[in-house]
Amino acid sequence: MLGRQPIGIAFVAPYAVFLAAVFAYPLGIAVYMSFYDWFFAAPGAVVDRPFVGFSNYVAVFSDPAVLRSFLNIAIFLVINVPLTVGLSLGLASALNAAIPLRTFFRVSFYVPYVTASVAVVGVWFFLFSSDGLVNEVLGDLAPDPSWLVNSTWAMPVIAVFVTWKQLGFFILLYLAALQNVPKELYESAAVDGASRLRSFWTVTVPGVRPATTLVVLLATITGANLFTEPYLLTNGGGPDGASASPVLVMYQRGIQQGQAGLAAAIGIVLVIGVLIISLINRKLLERD
Amino acid sequence: MPRKVHPLRILALAVGALIFLFPFYYMLIGSLQSEPDSSPAGALPNPGNLTGGNYADIDERIDLGTTLVNSGIFTGGVLLGTVVFGVLAGYALARLHFRGRSLLFNLMLLVQVIPFQLLTIPLYVLIVRTYGLGDSYLGMILPFAINSTAVFVFRQYFLQLPRELFEAAQVDGASELAILFRIALPLVKPALLTAVLLTFIGPWNEFLWPFLITKQADMQPLAVALANYMSNVAARATNPFGALLAGACVLAAPVIVLFVIFQRHFVATNLGSSVKG
Repeated sequence: MLGRQPIGIAFVAPYAVFLAAVFAYPLGIAVYMSFYDWFFAAPGAVVDRPFVGFSNYVAVFSDPAVLRSFLNIAIFLVINVPLTVGLSLGLASALNAAIPLRTFFRVSFYVPYVTASVAVVGVWFFLFSSDGLVNEVLGDLAPDPSWLVNSTWAMPVIAVFVTWKQLGFFILLYLAALQNVPKELYESAAVDGASRLRSFWTVTVPGVRPATTLVVLLATITGANLFTEPYLLTNGGGPDGASASPVLVMYQRGIQQGQAGLAAAIGIVLVIGVLIISLINRKLLERD
Repeated sequence: MPRKVHPLRILALAVGALIFLFPFYYMLIGSLQSEPDSSPAGALPNPGNLTGGNYADIDERIDLGTTLVNSGIFTGGVLLGTVVFGVLAGYALARLHFRGRSLLFNLMLLVQVIPFQLLTIPLYVLIVRTYGLGDSYLGMILPFAINSTAVFVFRQYFLQLPRELFEAAQVDGASELAILFRIALPLVKPALLTAVLLTFIGPWNEFLWPFLITKQADMQPLAVALANYMSNVAARATNPFGALLAGACVLAAPVIVLFVIFQRHFVATNLGSSVKG
């Protein structure tokens, strides 16, 4: 029994094979690697890679660099999520009307989102360098050592950078969500004499709740994915790992130091973490 | 009755636009300065300090022509895979009844939650070590070959087409492939463009994957070459920031031009259909 239109199987076959080859199979290999003392060997060479049970996972949770990178992601989320939700909902609401220059505003908001991280990191690197424009403007208020080499400020700068870069996408998401908030609710709020601010809190905020769920989930995924920013902006997660992300540590341990089993275990821990957070997130934000 | 536009609303939007656009303006100005000037006055164009030399400088160091071609092939390959196989999959997921449809649909949703970066190590082992595809376009393209978000967008658009359209064609005995190409596809042209735009920014901007698998400079996409320049040789150029920002402008320009020209196709409703499920 192949269904009413078995030709559909042929249509989806390339995509199904792609998902199996690029997601399912590597995921399986990652699980396998994470239980072995896996190292790189010459292609075709027969090597003995001993089974080590959970010791890679024990190593993940006792490696200070890995733990620090998890803490960094927590710092990242604490700054990034509220800023993203607040600013993108605010700007989307402001944009959601017949206003002059609407297209210009919309396009300028998503330009950072569509531009390569590598390119915009270059400008931020210039802006936040020790004798860069930001410090020139701040004068004596500039932190010492400067932003990107300061262990307190490096991670917050990355969080703000990512907020700035991704905001346009979330503004578009909220704009779409705002179209689904029934107009009558605003009208009845206005009839009841509610102020603009009050109708924002009582009508808009609950009305876009599904989008907020998605924003929180996508921010978590972005945090788990972070690599380019700490690699380039803070020169490899510096100073002293204060801005290292899990993917960066995974790269350092796995590719640079050849501990591929350990790196695979970091990846598996993160996949499980993201799945758990996305489930909790759903439960918390989607209950009505 | 619409309320009058509050001036504060415009002010908020204008401040937002300034914060979003200033770094791009600064990128351009910085790329044209012969001497880096990071004082506040340096943010304004100074005719005495303008030069195109930074572009020549970065071209000498990372060969803009070759790296742009590499970025183009990488992006083109992903676009081709996504448009050909993604349209087929999106159509089948929306319109055809076959065994395994809901399983594949749920897999597609799951894939969007699992960060690709987390599978970097096993993919590296597979593609570089097992298949020997390091320093090749195929190895670069493979993990991105079909963009799942684009498949999702295609599916949503095919779902919105009226059922009668398909039933009539099926009664006439047209094959599914003919229905897809002659009837469905022409009706979803805007979705095609939206999906192409969305897919384009992935490989064009991607850094980690091509960075891992290209060791030869002549195989690197521009983003990778520029990042290597930034982390390795920046200290050696006469005006490292100018050259870096010139490279950044070259990397950013094609995408920005594309999104300004086709901005109508990158709007809330198009994306909204892809997130509402």
